[in-house]
Amino acid sequence: MQLKIQYYALMREQAGRSGETLETLAATPADLYGELLARYNFTLAREHLKVAVNSEFSDWTRRLAAGDTVVFIPPVAGG
Amino acid sequence: MYFRLTHAPIDTAQARRELLDMGAGGYVSFEGWVRDHNEGQEVTRLEYEAFQELAVKEGGRILAEALRRFPVKHALCIHRVGALGLSDLAVWVGVSAAHRGEVFDACRFIIDEVKHRLPIWKKEHYRSGDSGWVNCERCAAAPHPEEPAVATIRE
Repeated sequence: MQLKIQYYALMREQAGRSGETLETLAATPADLYGELLARYNFTLAREHLKVAVNSEFSDWTRRLAAGDTVVFIPPVAGG
Repeated sequence: MYFRLTHAPIDTAQARRELLDMGAGGYVSFEGWVRDHNEGQEVTRLEYEAFQELAVKEGGRILAEALRRFPVKHALCIHRVGALGLSDLAVWVGVSAAHRGEVFDACRFIIDEVKHRLPIWKKEHYRSGDSGWVNCERCAAAPHPEEPAVATIRE
């Protein structure tokens, strides 16, 4: 299954890219983060993140579908 | 009643005009400015980065919630993104209503929610030459939190 991933802020810097399209077996955002954590050595544990699928906040256990866009959201600091 | 992100300096006079209403007897605005220090470090400049699609949606939801919770006429919030210098205006919130009490309450509600909910990140650059993503570096140093992420970003 192909998924699109976008990276922001600290995670963008650690991944060395702002986005990518991946072929993955990950069924949920939680699985996907586990896969990417190993690849990019992200310093943020999943417990510190939120996740969005197709530009809307999502559960970590949502079933992902081909073509979905996933964004991991590090601790925010607006204002 | 809407939320926007902008790369350009915020025109506060224009923003204020958008809240004018013949039925409004009070108006309050809040300006968030870039400060020269944070957590013991001397800050020289910073960068804001946003997940634009979701930030605009969530910002709109915050303003809609404010209009439901408080009897106000209009509410507006504008957040800068990109590179900012010291004393630059980073975020602006304005509210108008029939009476003064609710404009203070609604304005406070909006800025608090904006800080906690919008997918916007701030990278500070320090006099020492270091830099860091606010709220991220501390989490990274403590990889086994006992509280959910939302608790770690409340001030």
